[in-house]
Amino acid sequence: MTPDLECADLVKRFGDTTAVDNVSFSVPPGSFFSILGPSGCGKTTIMRMIAGFLDPTSGDIRIKGGSVLDTPPNKRPVNMVFQHLALFPMMTIADNIGYGLRRQKMPKDQIARKVDEALDRIGLPGIGGRKVDELSGGQKQRVAIARCMVLEPDVLLLDEPLGALDLKLREHMKVELKALQAAFDTTFVYITHDQSEALVMSDQIAVMNAGRFEQVGTGQDLYYRPDTPFVAGFIGEANRWKGRIERAEGSALEMRTETGLAMRATATGTLSPGDTAEIFVRPESIRLAATAEALSAFDNQLQGTVTSILFNGAASRVLVQDSVGETLEVTLPQSGEFANLKRGDTLHIGWGAAQATCFAVAA
Amino acid sequence: MRLHARIGFILLLTPLVLWLGLLIVIPHIDMLLISLRERISFGVYETSTTHYQKALTEPLYLRTFWRTAVMSVLATAITLLIAFPVAYYIAKMAKGRLQQVLFMLCLIPFYVSELVRTFGWMILLRETGLISNLLQWAGLADQPVEMLYTDAAMMVGLVYTSMLFMVVPLVTTLESLDDSVVEAGYDLGGNGLSVLREIIIPHAMPGIVSGCIVVFMLSLGNYLTPTMLGGKDSLWFTEMIYNQFIVRSNWELGATFGFMLLVLSSVIVWGMLRLTGRTLQETMG
Repeated sequence: MTPDLECADLVKRFGDTTAVDNVSFSVPPGSFFSILGPSGCGKTTIMRMIAGFLDPTSGDIRIKGGSVLDTPPNKRPVNMVFQHLALFPMMTIADNIGYGLRRQKMPKDQIARKVDEALDRIGLPGIGGRKVDELSGGQKQRVAIARCMVLEPDVLLLDEPLGALDLKLREHMKVELKALQAAFDTTFVYITHDQSEALVMSDQIAVMNAGRFEQVGTGQDLYYRPDTPFVAGFIGEANRWKGRIERAEGSALEMRTETGLAMRATATGTLSPGDTAEIFVRPESIRLAATAEALSAFDNQLQGTVTSILFNGAASRVLVQDSVGETLEVTLPQSGEFANLKRGDTLHIGWGAAQATCFAVAA
Repeated sequence: MRLHARIGFILLLTPLVLWLGLLIVIPHIDMLLISLRERISFGVYETSTTHYQKALTEPLYLRTFWRTAVMSVLATAITLLIAFPVAYYIAKMAKGRLQQVLFMLCLIPFYVSELVRTFGWMILLRETGLISNLLQWAGLADQPVEMLYTDAAMMVGLVYTSMLFMVVPLVTTLESLDDSVVEAGYDLGGNGLSVLREIIIPHAMPGIVSGCIVVFMLSLGNYLTPTMLGGKDSLWFTEMIYNQFIVRSNWELGATFGFMLLVLSSVIVWGMLRLTGRTLQETMG
């Protein structure tokens, strides 16, 4: 099956800086593809190249198998939902949605019918006569998507469209966007710096850093099996230790941290004794216990004192200081066991070697 | 407290009331009264509409009246056509320093008085002027060309004088247009023309209307440019008002002309607002 969108060795340089450095990916039809990265990593540049507002320095962009490099933005079968939506404030909602159809010289009655259909589709029938500024944030969002979808593009690009919404609405729109994508059955390419948006909605996520793709995979891949330290640190949170490898048997490792602790972990890539490496352990994969016996099944065990409790509902954390003075972040289970935990309490913590991912550190 | 507030309100209002009353309302009422009286003999006046009848029946007066109106509208239209691309370039295409420099370039001619600027045009356009010499040197003309004292020369002067007053409101409104809205216009299939027509011009409409009103009023009430650059046929209505008041000492007819000009500009501005479906409040607010 031909992918809906394919980028091959895409490079974009602005003067001396390389904004996009040799990026290749392909998006299968009907899927939700996200590009996730910190601001300034080049994700907007990729999107603008796909939309046609920027020309790549080298490389190719193919839509449904055909190169679109020589096609101007207004002729490309891609449409874009802009960061601040860019609805036309001088037009009514119906005129906004009908804008693209008017450009295609579609007869008026047909446009009116298509606009009504689109408004039904996004669950806002009968608002066609209203002005843009009479709508709420979430409604504008849906209108911006409908404005693109009436044109039946091969690929819909979304440039952080949820950024301007408040938290509750953003949570709601995540679910809604996914539902709209399924309803329209169109390929979505979504860029964001918010990992939760990417994880919840996407079929495939590309994690981008400094102009390159670090890893492309499903949300689970990125979370459980990060390929690079950047991905491990960017997706979710992690406690980190640097140190030197002491023993290696296959992917099972033992590392001595800079502060002198011995830890067991699982290697990503090949690591041999003597290498400098870094271990990542997620706060939610560390187990808390009152006694050391309860943790006997875990490969790594520490004892520490509680220095702080960060209450945040379901995502509450405890900061535990171990014997050598390092502070670890550990998820606080809400099962009631630790309801009376307070500062200064002594705790035992433990985690398995499989939950500790180890990466080589470039010397 | 309430008394204080009232005194404060009155004090704040006083300058406005004085300005409106002394400089606008009272002189205009006086003008209206002067225009409605007829001098019977020394010191004896009678109320009559004879001056209005005269102004509306005398072909020279009428012709000048309409010519001034049409030429002012034309000057406004030409100014808009030239200023729009300039303003668009300054507001949207030029970045950083270049933007400031271009804006300054529009402003700099206004550092010298209108009289000097108009003399500048005379130096360029006269028979022995720069352009005439240039044309002869290039072999495009075999004798000196006189370009002064024509409607075209006058139009050039009017447009040049009004340029800034069109560029400033246009730059202000165009700058407030989000770039991504223009990009969205292209992204959804629009070409340059349809983006201009459906997005840029509707957005710039407040600037266009307020710029046009200012330029139109400036052209209509301009005295210097038509007098210096215009020819025998390009009599401007303001020149006739001047003649009646100063040359003929016929204040009654002069006041009549003045009132006709006021009515004309009010009607055309009103028409312009109606045509674009805007209110004066939206445009000036």
